[in-house]
Amino acid sequence: MPLLTMSGITKSFPGVRALDGVDLDVEEGEVHCLLGQNGAGKSTLIKVLAGAHQPDAGDISWQGRPVRLSSPVAAMRLGIATIYQELDLVEHVSVAENVFLGHEIATRGIVRPREARARTAQLLARLGHPEIDPGALVGSLSAAGAQIVSMARALSHDVRLIIMDEPSAALDPDEVDNLFRIVADLTADGVAVVYISHRLEEIRRIGDRVSVLKDGRVAARDLPARTTPTHELVARMTGRDVQYAFPEKPVTGAPRADPVLVAEGLARAGEFGPLDLELRPGEIVGLAGLVGSGRSELLETLYGARRPTAGRVLVDGQPLRPGSIVSAVRAGIGLAPEERKSQALLMLESVTRNVSVSSLPRFSRGGWLDRVRERAEARRHTRELGLSPDDPDRPVRTFSGGNQQKAVLARWLLRGCRVLLLDEPTRGVDVGARAELYAVIRRLADSGVCVLLVSSELPEVLGLADRVLVLREGRVVHAAPSHELDEHRVLDLVMEGSPA
Amino acid sequence: MNSPTGVADTPKVPSPPANGAPAKRRTPLDVRHLSLIGVLLALAVVGAFTKPDEFLAAENLRLILTQASVIGVVTVGVTFVIIGGGIDLSVGAIVALASVWATTVATQDFGLGGMLLCSVLVGVGCGLVNGLLIAYGPMVPFIATLAMLASARGLALQISDGKTQVVTVESVLDLGVKDAYVLGIPPIVLVFAVVCVIGWLLLNRTTFGRRTVAVGGNPEASRLAGIAVKRQRLLLYLLSGLCCGIAAFMLIVLTGSGQNTNGNLYELDAIAAAIIGGTLLSGGRGTILGSVLGVLVFTTITNLFALNNLQTDIQQIAKGAIIVAAVLVQKGRSSHD
Repeated sequence: MPLLTMSGITKSFPGVRALDGVDLDVEEGEVHCLLGQNGAGKSTLIKVLAGAHQPDAGDISWQGRPVRLSSPVAAMRLGIATIYQELDLVEHVSVAENVFLGHEIATRGIVRPREARARTAQLLARLGHPEIDPGALVGSLSAAGAQIVSMARALSHDVRLIIMDEPSAALDPDEVDNLFRIVADLTADGVAVVYISHRLEEIRRIGDRVSVLKDGRVAARDLPARTTPTHELVARMTGRDVQYAFPEKPVTGAPRADPVLVAEGLARAGEFGPLDLELRPGEIVGLAGLVGSGRSELLETLYGARRPTAGRVLVDGQPLRPGSIVSAVRAGIGLAPEERKSQALLMLESVTRNVSVSSLPRFSRGGWLDRVRERAEARRHTRELGLSPDDPDRPVRTFSGGNQQKAVLARWLLRGCRVLLLDEPTRGVDVGARAELYAVIRRLADSGVCVLLVSSELPEVLGLADRVLVLREGRVVHAAPSHELDEHRVLDLVMEGSPA
Repeated sequence: MNSPTGVADTPKVPSPPANGAPAKRRTPLDVRHLSLIGVLLALAVVGAFTKPDEFLAAENLRLILTQASVIGVVTVGVTFVIIGGGIDLSVGAIVALASVWATTVATQDFGLGGMLLCSVLVGVGCGLVNGLLIAYGPMVPFIATLAMLASARGLALQISDGKTQVVTVESVLDLGVKDAYVLGIPPIVLVFAVVCVIGWLLLNRTTFGRRTVAVGGNPEASRLAGIAVKRQRLLLYLLSGLCCGIAAFMLIVLTGSGQNTNGNLYELDAIAAAIIGGTLLSGGRGTILGSVLGVLVFTTITNLFALNNLQTDIQQIAKGAIIVAAVLVQKGRSSHD
């Protein structure tokens, strides 16, 4: 009898069916690997398993008995612990207090810190890290140390199943070895592990079985982790049902004009680089890479939102002031950031005001606004981009994700920007509206704007970009015209790092 | 959005000019303003019934407006700071320091112009320190202005030695007497009116106002949109300091003196008035009109209680209740959006 059986799990969010009838079973003492591209539904599935999301339909049984995981506490009581990618520890509090957070060792409300510290020390020793002081503040530990604490917290419960979401992402190679030793110890005790990672070589080392998720469905199950060839895993991850309509690319051939934006030896310690980059007018350059490969950091550094530790950015041959957004915007660079709501939009304001906010001096004399012109010009651009409904006086929060993104693009069109940096431009945009955004982006490029596109969705990068740079761990491992690449090849590159 | 009262009330109330294009959804008089006007009318009715001869007398109405003017000017500045995502706890202390500095014997030698200049410069100077600490420090506004509150009060006490500094400059004192009234309105009230109009224009018709709203509503998005967020924050505290300097001079004219106890708890009154006027404490939304109405409501309550010889403790309770009620109305409305 499997330890856990999930069948027909379905979960929808407004506009998206994140999980569509997913089945998963986990045996005692096995390492069950979950594979899938970004957006395939892995995170939603583990949140359902952790009790953080309630499924719309489907059954879960635990040790043969049907259960409802109505809350994280309910999941924890059964013995399901989750170690999230972004560790959920309280930094200003000691290791021991973090380990027993929410289930403190106490008598009638009075905590017994000495006992908590002693038991924490035992757990840390079991995890191979007796050197971590249970009294130390979590904020003073390394990323690897914090992860050990997170694991100690999971083990402080009577745990039968541990979910690990990309546990190796923040670890050095020797720390990864220790992690694998811990996983082996746990499984020897009969604890099951659901292991999520993008690194196929890890899955080969510790995995037992692999399930592949794709577009919210199970694309493959019961694959043997050690023997299934890479190309088969990749094929299962990529063979997709949804076809996107991409605008036609211009025929390349004639040498393009001189580059507008040039980055020379640009680097940020620990994040990316050093790397060189050239953007030419009319060209869409795609950046392919995993989350954490330094994509967003590179974009933000080009834009001046982060200060490079080495190298420089030039526009029309003139160097920008490092770490100055104002200087970048003045030179004609625009950014559509990854988190539209928190990083781009003024949610209380109308579309018009969101569009005009970067170009206010254009509508003002001595600080005095010409609101009629402001409205007319903003409207001209939102109309050009096909804002729907065509009413830029409405608050921006009443628009759909795709139309909000149009408002952000209109902001930079109005500003007359010549370099557009797009970070996940179609995140939270439904499939129909995507094609429309793709057409808009291509039209902008045709009008002479340089576009640098970051997307987790490979078809999007390949379908939209003229040239693709593959980023792995902060370095460009491959650069090629997009027609010379396909999804498999790029996935091989971002995962293995060496041309196959 | 469509309140049942909106239809009946909107045409009767004179609204600030809506330039050019029809501003359908941005009527300056929203439900919250109308409800504050309703509260004011209710208070007037109470006043007219309890003290029919005294409350509606021109002298008393002038008194209410005069009392509202000093705190009103401070509130306009504070409103900008809060809309811009900050808070200024030091306004009362700055008013005290400016009023003391401008009434020292040495300053009074320079006459009216010197005293006015001194008052304004002290205000702007304190605002500059606040702004530099907050924008470039960077310090949390609450802490930086709390520190300014303590030190400005202390400096005011040190300069005045705790004594009331009587103004001997005739031209200053003349501004407070009846002869200086314009069409029956004291100059202090006129200054308040001018500050309100300028504040309204600044917030609604200039790039400065637009950026204030943007920075308060979403500082990260503003930064990524290319707005110089730090400079904007600095300017906001400068503006608040300037308002304090002006208010301090108004207080000097009104009382004929400068005192280190001036402006006591102005910070709380100003913040409360802005909040009941609909300014979001988290920033990004607020109106000058709302703040002015908030000030008028509080001042009228104070006046009513004084006329009826009621204790100030009951008055404080009433103020507290109004703040809670106003915020609940605000919450109810935003959840309907």
